[in-house]
Amino acid sequence: MSFAMPDLIPVMPEIAVLAMACVVLLADLFLKDEQRNVSYYLAQLTLLIGLLLTLNLANEGSRLSFGDSVINDQMATLLKSFIFIVTAIGFVYSRRYLKERGIFKGEYYVLGLFGVLGMMVMVSSYSFLTLYLGLELLSLSQYALVAFNRDSSRASEAAMKYFVLGAIASGMLLYGMSILYGMSGSLDIIEVSNYLIRELDNDVALIFGLSFVIVGLAFKLGAVPFHMWLPDVYQGAPTSVTLYVGTAPKIAAFAIVMRLLVEGLGHLHGDWQGMLIILAVLSLTVGNFIAIAQTNIKRMLAYSTISHVGFLLLGILAGTSQGYAASMFYAIVYALTAAGAFGMILLLANKDFEAEELDDFKGLGERHPWFAFLMLLLMFSMAGVPLTVGFYAKLSVLSAVVRVELYWLAIYAVLMSVVGAYYYLRVIKLMYFDKPLTNQPISQQWDMNLVLSINGLLMLVLFFLPGGLMSLCIKAINF
Amino acid sequence: MFADWPLLSLVIWVPIVGGMMVLAAGDSGAAAARRIALGVAVVTFMLSIPLFTGFDRSTYLMQFVEQTPWISAFNINYHLGVDGFSMPLILLTTITTVLVIIAGWQVIQKRVSQYMAAFLILEGLMIGVFCSLDAILFYIFFEGMLIPMFLIIGVWGGERRVYATFKFFLYTFLGSVLMLIALIYMYSKSGSFNILELHDLKLSLGEQKLIFLAFLTGFAVKVPMWPVHTWLPDAHVEAPTGGSVILAAIMLKIGGYGFLRFSLPITPDASQAFDWLIIFMSLTAVVYIGFVAMVQKDMKKLIAYSSIAHMGFATLGMFLVFRIIANTDSMQGAALGIEGGVVQMISHGFISGALFLCVGVLYDRMHTRQIADYGGVVNTMPVFAALFVFFAMANSGLPGTSGFVGEFMVILASFKANFWFAFLAALTLILGAAYSLWMVKRVVFGDVGNDRVAALQDLNQREFLILGILAILVLLLGLWPAPLLDVMHASTEHLLQQISHSKL
Repeated sequence: MSFAMPDLIPVMPEIAVLAMACVVLLADLFLKDEQRNVSYYLAQLTLLIGLLLTLNLANEGSRLSFGDSVINDQMATLLKSFIFIVTAIGFVYSRRYLKERGIFKGEYYVLGLFGVLGMMVMVSSYSFLTLYLGLELLSLSQYALVAFNRDSSRASEAAMKYFVLGAIASGMLLYGMSILYGMSGSLDIIEVSNYLIRELDNDVALIFGLSFVIVGLAFKLGAVPFHMWLPDVYQGAPTSVTLYVGTAPKIAAFAIVMRLLVEGLGHLHGDWQGMLIILAVLSLTVGNFIAIAQTNIKRMLAYSTISHVGFLLLGILAGTSQGYAASMFYAIVYALTAAGAFGMILLLANKDFEAEELDDFKGLGERHPWFAFLMLLLMFSMAGVPLTVGFYAKLSVLSAVVRVELYWLAIYAVLMSVVGAYYYLRVIKLMYFDKPLTNQPISQQWDMNLVLSINGLLMLVLFFLPGGLMSLCIKAINF
Repeated sequence: MFADWPLLSLVIWVPIVGGMMVLAAGDSGAAAARRIALGVAVVTFMLSIPLFTGFDRSTYLMQFVEQTPWISAFNINYHLGVDGFSMPLILLTTITTVLVIIAGWQVIQKRVSQYMAAFLILEGLMIGVFCSLDAILFYIFFEGMLIPMFLIIGVWGGERRVYATFKFFLYTFLGSVLMLIALIYMYSKSGSFNILELHDLKLSLGEQKLIFLAFLTGFAVKVPMWPVHTWLPDAHVEAPTGGSVILAAIMLKIGGYGFLRFSLPITPDASQAFDWLIIFMSLTAVVYIGFVAMVQKDMKKLIAYSSIAHMGFATLGMFLVFRIIANTDSMQGAALGIEGGVVQMISHGFISGALFLCVGVLYDRMHTRQIADYGGVVNTMPVFAALFVFFAMANSGLPGTSGFVGEFMVILASFKANFWFAFLAALTLILGAAYSLWMVKRVVFGDVGNDRVAALQDLNQREFLILGILAILVLLLGLWPAPLLDVMHASTEHLLQQISHSKL
């Protein structure tokens, strides 16, 4: 290996975010409590700079760097952009919530930014090592964030569970990777792929390694039967953290599945397709049915996430570029929708009220028709009912599955989405058909109201004009 | 002057945008909301008139066509157009919505602007269903209209509204998702969602059968056909009067329309192979549900069951064609069946709408729908009684009313298919008369049942206007159905050509 200076252009956004995260960390030391907003604004600025730098690289084409271990391609640009956007939305929603609980601290933003950095590395990784590095950076930030409210025993418990299970998952992933490394002799994704082209005899050891990789990925995605951590973490963490955990990292998780399974182990498609089918069917079933029984909306959304992961896997397991594009569209739309839904919970919460029970949404249609309408859009979008963008997300994934002639799977998925419709409808029922439990005014904050309105209306706007995002996703899958 | 207007887009979007405006007006201006809503509904109705006057009766081709690419990734187009089947249904929708808005004028006092907005948006979506020529566009409208209806039943409905509205939504959602898979399957074969291109798509018998069954679940739930009809009585009973009217008058027609637009032309061979199934389900609806209607104690439930029985006629007429063609070797009798089915749908739209409005009139005064709570209404409400009896007669198929035309045509057609079909279908003349007139007898005639009946006020001008308009329409269609039949003729002939041509 030569020691020439690596090409730094493709990693400019990462460098910028790293530098700025350190600036926030340092600046925060010198801020008084009442000046804490500065950290918030610096964090938002960081995300903006990252976004601009990423977009600046959009027309560069595919570029490898650091000895082929990092790649910047169209997929990376697109996914990173949405990671920035979704995280920024989350930060806007969380500010008041954090302040009211006395956990409005600079560390929240520092950890958040390091998590973003981890996600960026995951998205751009082109070798097992960078991929693992990014994943661990994200995971460690998340463990700490979940436990951020250290006085809450529930949050600490959730963080502990998350940490232990996450560590096992990382171990699984690492073990799988090491077997693949042993077989192919390289950590570079491109080299592994080339090795598989040369040696196309289905070696048992390869499948063995592949299984571990899939287990690791399934843990991180939250696919059944590796989903146990997800409901507890969603419920136990402060809502602002749940929002963070439940949105942008899904996009990053999609990215590593793409890098590992599709770009690296694409030639083993015949082998991993069956495994993903099992994961998808189980996730769709368990997620949708158990969500019905929930009374806590955060927990309900956790199970709903599991079912959405099932849908996400459907597109990937189709194994066609149409399917990958469909899954990418699905992941982005889901992250935006989930951000809005958790934003609604944060909106309804106030100083000594968490608004995390389903019943807290009762009568929202009377208390505040506009926000109820936005939540209606978000819920219908999750259910995949037309007039909201969720419909196209489902449509594109289903059409990918139908194209590869897995008809039974498509039919099973739509039947499960009918089951899913039930609990989304229940939220709408609570908002519109029931009487409000309290008449407490909803605290208004112009920035949050604005962003939440845009977020909700996006479900409608993207429904009428989905072409742009769809063609971006299709362009991003160009191999 | 209207020739170059995008009329179909206007009749879809004027009510939807108008509905949004009413919604924005908010509850503070309930009076304003009512007026704006009525204005929007009337304008929409006016816009739909040129569709009738400017309609070219000599061609089966789609008219007033608009086509713009929408989502290129899936080759989905914003493609609209009407033929002889869909145009009358659009007019039915626009008229009914005007009447429903007037009917809700005083009755609805809670969340007025939302109520009016929901109906206007629903109107736009339903019209969209009738004029979509792109399968996904059709599906979007088909599903999208569940949202306003879900809210209408759930917010303004009766006691068990939550149960009813969930059942309504989930039933129809379940039916339609399978249809979506069928549409995607055909897209994967043909690369197009254009309905007219799907009509020409070659499909093997096995494929056709599966696609047919997928469509059947979607449309049979919507019609609703026996045995998937159970959501309808619940939805009707719990819905507010306006919701019941829209459900019965228009939404049920969407199922029937779906058979004409999708099942018959896309899967003709499977339709032929499965026609026994549809005929069986239809006749069961006519006979069995007729008996069920007779024993109902709740007026709305009775009318709901009678709707199922009457829609059985519509589907029967449509699927008799294969046997008629086989028996008589001529298209004439087959055309009678299909046209009879469509006339039955339009006529049922007017009659069932009127009957639900009549029940609404009584319910607003007495707050009960139980037949047993009434008796001798004629003594206190003579004008109402006259109209109610008239509509009940029409419901039982009295010659001279629109109810007679459709039923007669279908029965006539069924004679050419099989004597026993005709025999069973004709039973409706007895059953329909029995449940309609028996209800009328118990509610309207006899001695004044109780003090509350004695205190009833007759129709006010607003109610008289609505029911009067409907009575005129029912008579007009009954005495002179030719304009409606003329409109359909070319389209029927084309459809018969399509289905008599095997795709194999």
